[in-house]
Amino acid sequence: MYNISLSKIKKSYGDLTILHSVDMEIEEGEFIVILGSSGCGKSTLLNIVAGLDTCDTGRIMIGEKDVTDLEPSDRDLSMVFQSYALFPSMTVKRNLSFGMEIARVPKAEREAKVAHVAKLLQIDNLLDRKPSQLSGGQRQRVAIGRALVRSTGVCLFDEPLSNLDAKLRTETRVELKKLHSDLGFTMLYVTHDQVEAMTMADRVAVMNKGRVEQFAPPQDIYEKPANLFVASFVGSPVINQIEGTLGADGVFDTGETRIDLGGYDFDHGKPEAQDAVLAVRCEDIDIVSPEEGHITADLDFVELLGADALAWVVYHGKRLSVRMSVDAARALPKHVGLRFVLPKASVFSAKTEQRL
Amino acid sequence: MTHWFKRQMFRPVFTVVAFFAVIAIFFYGSIGWTFIMSLTKSTLIPRYDFVGFDQYVELMDNKRWIVSCINMVVFGLLFIIGSLILGSILAILLDRGIAGEGAFRTIFLYPLAISLIVTGLGWRWLLDPSIGIQAMVRDMGWDNFVFDWLTQPDRAIYTLVIASIWRSAGLVMIIVLAGLRSVDGDLWKAIRMENVPVWRAYVQVIFPGMRPVFASCIVLLMSEVIRGYDLIVAMTNGGPGISTEMPAKFAVDFFFARMNLSLASAASILMLLLSLLMLAPYLYSEFRRRD
Amino acid sequence: MSSPSNTTTMPLAAKIGLYAFLIASALFFLAPLIVIVINSVKPMADIRSGSLLSLPSEITFEPWRIAWSSACTGLDCSGIRPGLMNSILITVPSVIISVLAGALNGYALAQWRARFADWLMLLILIGLFVPYQAMLYPTVKMLSGMGIFRSYWGIIFVHVVYGLPYTTLLFRNFYVGVPDEISRAARMEGATFLRTFWSVILPISTNIIVVVAILQFTGIWNDYLLGLIFAGNDNMPMTVQLTNIVNNSRGAAEPNVNMAAALLAAIPTLVVYFISGRYFVRGIATGAVKG
Repeated sequence: MYNISLSKIKKSYGDLTILHSVDMEIEEGEFIVILGSSGCGKSTLLNIVAGLDTCDTGRIMIGEKDVTDLEPSDRDLSMVFQSYALFPSMTVKRNLSFGMEIARVPKAEREAKVAHVAKLLQIDNLLDRKPSQLSGGQRQRVAIGRALVRSTGVCLFDEPLSNLDAKLRTETRVELKKLHSDLGFTMLYVTHDQVEAMTMADRVAVMNKGRVEQFAPPQDIYEKPANLFVASFVGSPVINQIEGTLGADGVFDTGETRIDLGGYDFDHGKPEAQDAVLAVRCEDIDIVSPEEGHITADLDFVELLGADALAWVVYHGKRLSVRMSVDAARALPKHVGLRFVLPKASVFSAKTEQRL
Repeated sequence: MTHWFKRQMFRPVFTVVAFFAVIAIFFYGSIGWTFIMSLTKSTLIPRYDFVGFDQYVELMDNKRWIVSCINMVVFGLLFIIGSLILGSILAILLDRGIAGEGAFRTIFLYPLAISLIVTGLGWRWLLDPSIGIQAMVRDMGWDNFVFDWLTQPDRAIYTLVIASIWRSAGLVMIIVLAGLRSVDGDLWKAIRMENVPVWRAYVQVIFPGMRPVFASCIVLLMSEVIRGYDLIVAMTNGGPGISTEMPAKFAVDFFFARMNLSLASAASILMLLLSLLMLAPYLYSEFRRRD
Repeated sequence: MSSPSNTTTMPLAAKIGLYAFLIASALFFLAPLIVIVINSVKPMADIRSGSLLSLPSEITFEPWRIAWSSACTGLDCSGIRPGLMNSILITVPSVIISVLAGALNGYALAQWRARFADWLMLLILIGLFVPYQAMLYPTVKMLSGMGIFRSYWGIIFVHVVYGLPYTTLLFRNFYVGVPDEISRAARMEGATFLRTFWSVILPISTNIIVVVAILQFTGIWNDYLLGLIFAGNDNMPMTVQLTNIVNNSRGAAEPNVNMAAALLAAIPTLVVYFISGRYFVRGIATGAVKG
């Protein structure tokens, strides 16, 4: 088991910069999820850690060892690929033992390790099958098994669940998390799925355009996003945003009404007056009478989601979403007031888009 | 350095370099060498006293070369057009869900497995007036029947066209058929909904969408035309006289039998340039498509 | 795959026309083969008295026996048998080596992502269409320098090298479709490039190996020009020996023996074609759509 330390990792192809100086300190045994949309550089970063890709500048340390120039197989880590990448011509057993075969591990030891991992992942009855004879979920297990069998404690995952159907994905998610707590491996997991990030990670690194925008525990990412990008990337539906100006007195002026942000905890004390964006999650808004609300809006339509409901209201030509019970949604009047739970809201500078 | 070397063991670069060394030496090195020889006055053995483009000028005065080039154009046009038409018709017919499709396909395609030498010999026998088709028809009572193209200097070239189409129409057929089979089924549904006559559907809708397919057919057939050697040797050996000579045979004869290296080299380089000229539009579109 | 419309909905007249055309075409394609087969079992007397298209009065395998073991090529009268042995000895190793070389290079190219990779692809693509004439003489010189001109290994070498662009491209196009993650997974497991190729990639390439092997087998077996120049007298392939027999006996004119010899030369590739029909077709279709 090792910690991983990335410092100033840069990568570009010609004029196209994929990674702008990425730094990341990962503790031993942590489950880290790198979250981002496609093209944000997350897979490149993972490949650089794996050694399948090279970085232009920067160092990678795994444990005490500088692995920047080492081959993947010399880095004491293993990887699970998106398409599983099982070797099609080999049986499950040979897939699991191929790496050890190359490393000239004695046969008895190979068999013991394969048997152990196969039992752990409940694939011991599949050992003589070819990958083409396995279901998607079984292939996934074998791919994880192949990573575990040689692993000395660092495992990389490249969107490993994206080829599974929704039900299987949920199950595997739970199992992976359990596997992590049982084995205590250091895991670096790349995904574009925020549910995976929220449910599995000890800490999430949100990436955008080759930069790490925020690196924090998932609940912090959700509740206290570091900037406007993270705020709008994480959470569904997208966080409600209201533009206005922030006065030196801590009052947010939408141009129509003034909202006293007394209940809001500014990051660096009260900031100076500037244009700002007030961002509030749909569950942090209460529907009240027009007189009691911070703002007033007109009801557009209601989506009933089963467990609860989303009311979409229009404020200054922009749609805002409010989460509420189904019963409350059914009884909504046409004209409503919205009251924000200000301690849970976020305020961003309109200019820097950073949290205030 | 050791890291670098070790890293290369995991990469394809060494293999690529070795491979391209072979291509560079045996293909492009040979071409360069041939080009250099074409600028000299070498006959039996290469001698490197340069005379500029004299050999190319001499080629233009060489009757056999001029005849070869004209023959290639006539042969090439007829062969390519003939193969495309016959091949496309066969492909369309086979695509209409007929009984015995597999058997027909097998029959139309088997000539491709036969060497051009055997193809040439077979057609030579069949068209030989004294034993072939002419003799047969005369046996049947039409004593004045004449079909002696093989021995007529102004007709012999057409016998090469027949034999070549026989061998290559199946190739066109199978490529066009593959193209037809990959036409979107909804397109055919739309055509039927619009009540478009079948022949118009092919000419105005289906084939225009298959332009790349025909382009690759034409490129393949053209390369066969320019390289064409075996068939001529087996069927007419350039005769009667020099009436079926072609550039590929011209070059080989002057390299190895008549021992005029520089003239043969010049001829070869012109053949190469012609190939590249023919290929240029195809390569251009091929690379533009990739970008 | 939706057929445009099928014969069940076609008017009867159209249906008859369609089959008539197909059957006529089939006859055109089959005619040379039928004629050669019939005449190869005809006694000489029948040929002198009638045309090639008359049926034999009796069936004799004497022409086959003569063609096989006692027909003359110049002074040597041992039939086409030595040519058959030579062709087998040349073709088998050439096919094996060029398949392996093509697979390795194709895999390396598919794996290789350099900025100028596209330019090297262009060089290979051009290499496919270079007329042999522009390379022949320097190749002769280079092989002489290596001491293998007109030798057994010389002709194999030429077949492998001249076939490289083609085999490499076919394999490359196949390997581009193999998920890159498989190779990367092997690298994670510590497998070097060659090890990955041998243990992981080659075992999943059976289909393309069969396709390339068939194409190369047909091409090399049917080759005439390269064999003539590079094989040397002791290794002349069947095609060369066949033309020698035919041209030698032109005066004596024993068409039945010549045709038996031609059939003997054509049988191996025909057998491969009929056994491997599906792969052969697929090979042509994939081979045709190059690039």
